[in-house]
Amino acid sequence: MTAAPDFLPVLPEMFLGASGMVLLIVGAYAGARAIRAVTWLAVLALAATAAILLYPAWTAGVTRQVSLFGMFVTDGLGVFTQTLVIIGSLLSLLIAMRFNEREGIARFEFPVLVLIATAGMMMMIAANDLIALYLGLELQSLALYVLAAFARDDVRSTEAGLKYFVLGAVASGMLLFGASMVYGFAGTTSFDGLAKLFAGGGAAGVGLITGIVFISVGLAFKVSAVPFHMWTPDVYEGAPTPVTAFFSIAPKIAALTLFLRVMLQPFGGLFGDWQQIIWAISVASMAWGAFAAIAQRNIKRLMAYSSIGHVGYALIGLAAGTAAGVRGVLVYIAIYLFMNVGTFAGILCMRRNGKMVEGIDDLAGLSRTHPALALALAIFMFSLAGIPPLAGFFGKLYVFMAAIDAGLPVLAVIGVLTSVVGAYYYLRIVKLMYFDEAQGAFDRPFGGEVAAVLLVCAVAILFFIAWPGPLLNGADAVAATLFPG
Amino acid sequence: MDSLLREYLPILIFIGVAFGLSVVIVLASFILVRQRPDSEKLSPYECGFPPFSDARAKFDVRFYLVSLLFIIFDLEVAFLFPWAVALGKIGVFGFWSMMVFLGVLTVGFIYEWKTGALEWE
Amino acid sequence: MIVQALAFYAFAAVAIASGVMVISARNPVHSVLFLILAFFSAAGLFVLLGAEFLAMILVIVYVGAVAVLFLFVVMMLDINFVELRQGFLQYLPVGALVGLILLAELILMFGAWVVAPGAPQAAVAPTPSTLSNTAALGTLLYTHYVYAFQTAGAVLLVAMIGAIVLTHRTRPDSRRQRIARQVARRREDTLEIVKVRPGEGA
Repeated sequence: MTAAPDFLPVLPEMFLGASGMVLLIVGAYAGARAIRAVTWLAVLALAATAAILLYPAWTAGVTRQVSLFGMFVTDGLGVFTQTLVIIGSLLSLLIAMRFNEREGIARFEFPVLVLIATAGMMMMIAANDLIALYLGLELQSLALYVLAAFARDDVRSTEAGLKYFVLGAVASGMLLFGASMVYGFAGTTSFDGLAKLFAGGGAAGVGLITGIVFISVGLAFKVSAVPFHMWTPDVYEGAPTPVTAFFSIAPKIAALTLFLRVMLQPFGGLFGDWQQIIWAISVASMAWGAFAAIAQRNIKRLMAYSSIGHVGYALIGLAAGTAAGVRGVLVYIAIYLFMNVGTFAGILCMRRNGKMVEGIDDLAGLSRTHPALALALAIFMFSLAGIPPLAGFFGKLYVFMAAIDAGLPVLAVIGVLTSVVGAYYYLRIVKLMYFDEAQGAFDRPFGGEVAAVLLVCAVAILFFIAWPGPLLNGADAVAATLFPG
Repeated sequence: MDSLLREYLPILIFIGVAFGLSVVIVLASFILVRQRPDSEKLSPYECGFPPFSDARAKFDVRFYLVSLLFIIFDLEVAFLFPWAVALGKIGVFGFWSMMVFLGVLTVGFIYEWKTGALEWE
Repeated sequence: MIVQALAFYAFAAVAIASGVMVISARNPVHSVLFLILAFFSAAGLFVLLGAEFLAMILVIVYVGAVAVLFLFVVMMLDINFVELRQGFLQYLPVGALVGLILLAELILMFGAWVVAPGAPQAAVAPTPSTLSNTAALGTLLYTHYVYAFQTAGAVLLVAMIGAIVLTHRTRPDSRRQRIARQVARRREDTLEIVKVRPGEGA
């Protein structure tokens, strides 16, 4: 007979899941008239979850705690990235609300699915066992497949959902295959048990390496790193724009964190074996993200390649495998969150004569028709390109510094070179907006929520340099806990 | 382990007999009976008429929804078997663990009922 | 013992053969039927491994439900499968290459199989000898693995929501129960009693 474990550490996830279910029932009874209310309640639930998550961290600090029979871990890394995921989901919900109403795809299931997907991401981040990892991953993926096809009468959206589902299922299969190999080799699925087994880099047989390769393939698919990125442009282009915004932020942060955790904790002792894998996919992602984006005409496809490139930069920190590297990744994803939400809020304003336009050329002359929007987008573009003194520059700076300290100067040099290539297409958008002939104004109003999100993100990116302390110190503290001694 | 497999021996024998019998029946009708086919004998037969269309008609997508919902509840029931067998050992916690699981799926059930996914015409 | 080995080889051979038939059968309905055969053989292999419960679940869920769903999907799609196969040979080299690489990896892996020191001791759940397979699962699944169990419930819930979101359309002509209206229905609304005198009917 087993006594009930302590469920308190899982309270944020449980609260989020329960509020999703309550809202599902509310929506089922109230029907179409309650869509807006359900969305606002979902935003509220996300905020409350963040409060539940951060309150103990605020009052008592975060100490590493393993609960639920070793399945679930609460630590600094988890709290830090879970907060980012919640912020990402919250902002995506805000910018999605009016878009869905205008496109006629507003349904109360949308916020519910976002809530459940967020709960899945938080569980992924907090996984301390291969089984928990897989279940969290599936929970979020399944909700995301549905979200990708949410505009179900639109052929492109349906295609996006189908492609994402089929390829995502293959990737999940790969991950599961790798996990079963690791289990066969090591006899345990627990991260702690695996870490103990591989401490000091002990005997890593071919079977184990194959298992780790398969797990990395599955995770690389989820973060859309080259060469497992093929789905990204199609899904990003086809999915409804707010869903694309959500895809490019929250699941990416969660999957990157999972990548960090899996590689550094259970397989930390085998650093020498997996470093080259991360090195290779990091270089490939940076290069492909930079070069393939040049030819794009659709802004959502462009953002897809941009996100592939950014994953490459973030993975530099993991390839370094040091506390500085982890700090770099964390700072990078936090900044990336705000740059991307802001850019997508801008893309959501691209609406002419009651129809969404997605061509990059449609932005021409934006500075004449909508100077504030053009300024905000220009800030995001400069930041995505990594031009000082905007926040995006610091994100890159920390990962490059970590790479050089860890003896990977080649990686840093490639990173700088691809940044220069990437700057070309980001700056081309700025040039279009400020120096080309206007094509006619976009529809107004953009909606209060979108404007607010644009403002918050632009301010955060622009003035990060003035007050970087909280983010840097937080990331520092988290990274230090992962590398004791 | 061996005793477990011994329990399955009748099933194995059953499978063997079924397989052997079907082979015998097919072969026997093939070998023993005079084969004299003509076009009338070989034509498909449907209530005294030649078939009007291909046997594979398109189904309504609603069948798919119903069968998908069936699979989900089928899986839910599958979880009940080990629970029922082990209920004496897992105690109050195990009992409530299953109740929460069923509660989650009941939420889904209420949702599908209210949205009318279970209605036909 | 010899019966066990024979049964293993029979089930394994049938599983592989029907797997090949799934991808090579001309008629997609035949593919699904071969898939069912493959599931059955896999269930037999599970029994031989002592995983009784998994074998039964495979039969109930996969054969009973998933295969039916497959049949629906095959029938629902208006696809000319002969046309779909046109590119089959074109992709064969790439597919074969991927398959070969996977095979080489597997051979390499099982050839050089090394179990880490202490791995057997680290095994979380050794099979108890006193319990049946199903009972042994039951003692662990709902308590020790409560987190995984509840997450599985949430995954099922999402599957349910997803199926309804993507395929359900509200039909205005569907006759759903409206209890308030049905109860409030009065005789006067629906019935009219006409006195018909004999001989005056037109």
